[in-house]
Amino acid sequence: MAFAAFGSGSAKEHKSPTKSSRIVLALLMPGLVYLGLFFFTPLFSLVVTSLEAPAASGGIGEYEYGFQWQNYVEVVTTYMPQILRSFLYASIATIIALLVSYPLAYFIGVKLRTRPMLQRLMLVLVIAPFFISFLLRTIAWKQIFSDGGALMQFAYSTGLMDKSQHFLGTDAAVIFGLTYNFIPFMTLPLFTTLERFDVRLLEAGSDLYANPAAVFRKITLPLSMPGIISGTLLVFIPIAGDYVNAGQNFLGSSKTSMIGTIVDTEFLQTQNYPIASALSVMLMAVIVALVSLYVRSSGTEDLL
Amino acid sequence: MKRFSIGRLTLPAYSFLAMAFMLIPIVYTIVFSFNDSKQRTNTQWQGFTLDKWLGVCNKQEVCSALGNSIFIGVVSTLIATILGTALAIGLVRYKFKAKALVNLALFLPMATPEVVLGAGLAGLFFNAGVGAGMPTVIIAHVVFCLSFVVVTVKARVQTLDPVLEEAGRDLYANPSQVFWKITFPLLLPGIISAALLSFSLSFDDFIITYFNSGSVETFPKYVYVAAARGVPAEANVIASAVFLAAILIVLATQINGAFKRKRLAKK
Amino acid sequence: MAIDFKPSGADLELKNVRKDFPGFTALQDMDLHIPAGEFFALLGPSGCGKTTTLRIVAGLEEPTAGQVLIGGKDVTASKPHERPVNTVFQSYALFPHMTILENVAFGLRQRKIEDPLKKAMDALNLVELGYAAERRPQQLSGGQQQRVALARALVNRPALLLLDEPLGALDLKLRRQMQIELKAIQMEVGLTFLHVTHDQEEAMDMADTVAVMNKGHIEQMGAPEALYERPKTAFVSKFLGQSNLFVGKVADSSASSLSIEVGGHKITVPKDRAEKQTGKICIGVRPEKTTFHRTNPKLGSDHVVVGPGEIIDIRFTGVSNQYLIDIPNVGEVTVFAQNVGISPVIELGEQVWVSWKVEHSFGLSDLPAGNEDE
Repeated sequence: MAFAAFGSGSAKEHKSPTKSSRIVLALLMPGLVYLGLFFFTPLFSLVVTSLEAPAASGGIGEYEYGFQWQNYVEVVTTYMPQILRSFLYASIATIIALLVSYPLAYFIGVKLRTRPMLQRLMLVLVIAPFFISFLLRTIAWKQIFSDGGALMQFAYSTGLMDKSQHFLGTDAAVIFGLTYNFIPFMTLPLFTTLERFDVRLLEAGSDLYANPAAVFRKITLPLSMPGIISGTLLVFIPIAGDYVNAGQNFLGSSKTSMIGTIVDTEFLQTQNYPIASALSVMLMAVIVALVSLYVRSSGTEDLL
Repeated sequence: MKRFSIGRLTLPAYSFLAMAFMLIPIVYTIVFSFNDSKQRTNTQWQGFTLDKWLGVCNKQEVCSALGNSIFIGVVSTLIATILGTALAIGLVRYKFKAKALVNLALFLPMATPEVVLGAGLAGLFFNAGVGAGMPTVIIAHVVFCLSFVVVTVKARVQTLDPVLEEAGRDLYANPSQVFWKITFPLLLPGIISAALLSFSLSFDDFIITYFNSGSVETFPKYVYVAAARGVPAEANVIASAVFLAAILIVLATQINGAFKRKRLAKK
Repeated sequence: MAIDFKPSGADLELKNVRKDFPGFTALQDMDLHIPAGEFFALLGPSGCGKTTTLRIVAGLEEPTAGQVLIGGKDVTASKPHERPVNTVFQSYALFPHMTILENVAFGLRQRKIEDPLKKAMDALNLVELGYAAERRPQQLSGGQQQRVALARALVNRPALLLLDEPLGALDLKLRRQMQIELKAIQMEVGLTFLHVTHDQEEAMDMADTVAVMNKGHIEQMGAPEALYERPKTAFVSKFLGQSNLFVGKVADSSASSLSIEVGGHKITVPKDRAEKQTGKICIGVRPEKTTFHRTNPKLGSDHVVVGPGEIIDIRFTGVSNQYLIDIPNVGEVTVFAQNVGISPVIELGEQVWVSWKVEHSFGLSDLPAGNEDE
């Protein structure tokens, strides 16, 4: 399965002899040059743009380089709520996604080993959401949770919620949408790790006087770490940068704007490129710091 | 004598419920592709109709957006798959000093939020005076598809025993014959999954596309813009059709694979 | 639930244990008693139910019916972690995310025993792997991993130690060495060992008592020499070593022996070595108990002589030569001749007679497959 490759750790590796460096260059160069041009240059360009000042001519969207580090100060003071909200949403959604996915991945990866047909079917169902537009899926939730929908009508009629309350537009609705959209990115790496998990170790644990809870804590969980790490990164990072779920036309409101919302507005509408760039650079810096911290403390060198 | 415990049923029951939950919006989207909605919006159920399926291209914008999305998906997948496969083979099969650095360079695009890459590329094109359009969208899509192709193909290359290639050479095949007759066919399943993954990532991408497409309309972009006023049922038709086609392809390959495994296991 | 540990081994008793899997019965009403301190081997081909037996004792599998008693206490309903039993798994099942020392200390930590690391270190020293304490399982060779698995089980001083083909993955030389070490450790710690294996040499070499299993039940049980010298069923006679088997109706019976007639030859077995004394029976002899002669040896009634037959195959195996002789109306007979001095100059196609002492014959309780009563 293609998506199985999201997981970290590698299958059986074959050692191979060193061969001429010309072939290596021919194989690697095109891809690396491409990444250099269209991935690293844009990142560098973002850093440069983030330090620009409005041009003397003063037209909208016109800037020139000026080592304007104050841009960062402005970004932090003005957009602190959005920055905090983005990382808070991402943290909560990642934790929920992990709690929801782990038992599911365990069931598919370990319990269904004896039923390969069912295992494959469940796996297809896990990735099924990928095949339908995520915008439409989010809109579907929006309509399901709309005030006139059956769900809210039920909540109103039973008194669970007051008629003046809404679910759409709240923090909870946005977190719900984010969690839903990224659950497969958590389930798949967990599945790849658990699929390879040697269940005989569980028997060895219980043979050595560990009760089921201790077996889970001391054996299953530590050995699931590679999947937990890849899953957490694959969910946390895109959520921190997402702004579709939080958008007013989707599950959010003006009170749920995130970093991405601001970058979108500043870049595409206000054309305030330095501010948009400074926000992007900050987001990227925080994520790179988190990734390196996470990876160092958990010791997963092989990210790919 | 049997130790009965409710725990044995909890996990399967939970798993099937979780799966059902994941499928709710999919079912909802498909059901509403049959909605006989008279207005622009498609929020209230107004009766069953096949009209939207049969006349999907009556809504011209939807169909042309779909055409663009397919074109962008195919071209960027082609480029990403070729570049990525070469990278994967190079990374697994050869030893060189900067391998850790190359791995990191390939991981970073996956760890970059879409909005950062989208804004970065848009800024670069803007500064270079390149107008946003079809080429810039394709360039952008290749960037985020590339790493996923490498990861997927790499996994396949790692399971490939180099001895098979040595055996090929031993049996009088020259290097290019070894590649096309042995290596490539064995890698093909991995390359195909990588291409499918790449296409689905490209097809469903919104944020990066939004920053780099200028006036080029793609299907996700169409839906995003339409969301403000109400998404027509024709969009549901397209999404449902794409979904059903994809799920059929995947199910067919998966079930075929499971059958093969079963047959092998019996032998 | 507290675990009751005895300083040395406890006895194991299986009462009418039965295990059904969907579609087949793995164990058929098995009764077994292993006295405390004994080295007991369950021997049989794969699929005979030996591993199922072991897993039921460990608590990893629930019996469909019957009881498991360890030290006289019924543990049938206990979970694996509540049983005073430890297992050396066939795959070793060492925890890959822990050091060797932590692996060995695992059981002690679970039971909150004082000084787990010191005791674990002692156990590692016992298997001569103290120097590898801080390594990870993947860094050790198969033989070293096997010793860690043994230390990890032994350190808990279980009432009963279960060994699930632990030597299966080792090469022949290492295997011999480990067999000797295992036996020495068992003598030293005095635990009850239950060893499951398909390797007959291993079972006979190490165990005090061997039970040969076939199709979910015990075919025969006893000391290794007794099993070898007097197999009681066709299965045991073929599974433990090789046998020449002859089937015929009892034709002659004296006070001390009985004979059958096969292809004009009289094959005799002492009555006290015959399980079945009437009707169609099967008499066997081990190939190394037989000799061949160039001329009819004309021996007395204390010998069985068959022949002449033609030598159709000769194999040189080092310590002995193996000859396959085709005797008309009798069938093929295998003869092992010790390779002492210069091997007898004999060629394919030569005519020979085969003889053995009557006291080496054994009479089986059943008939080999394909020879059932018409």
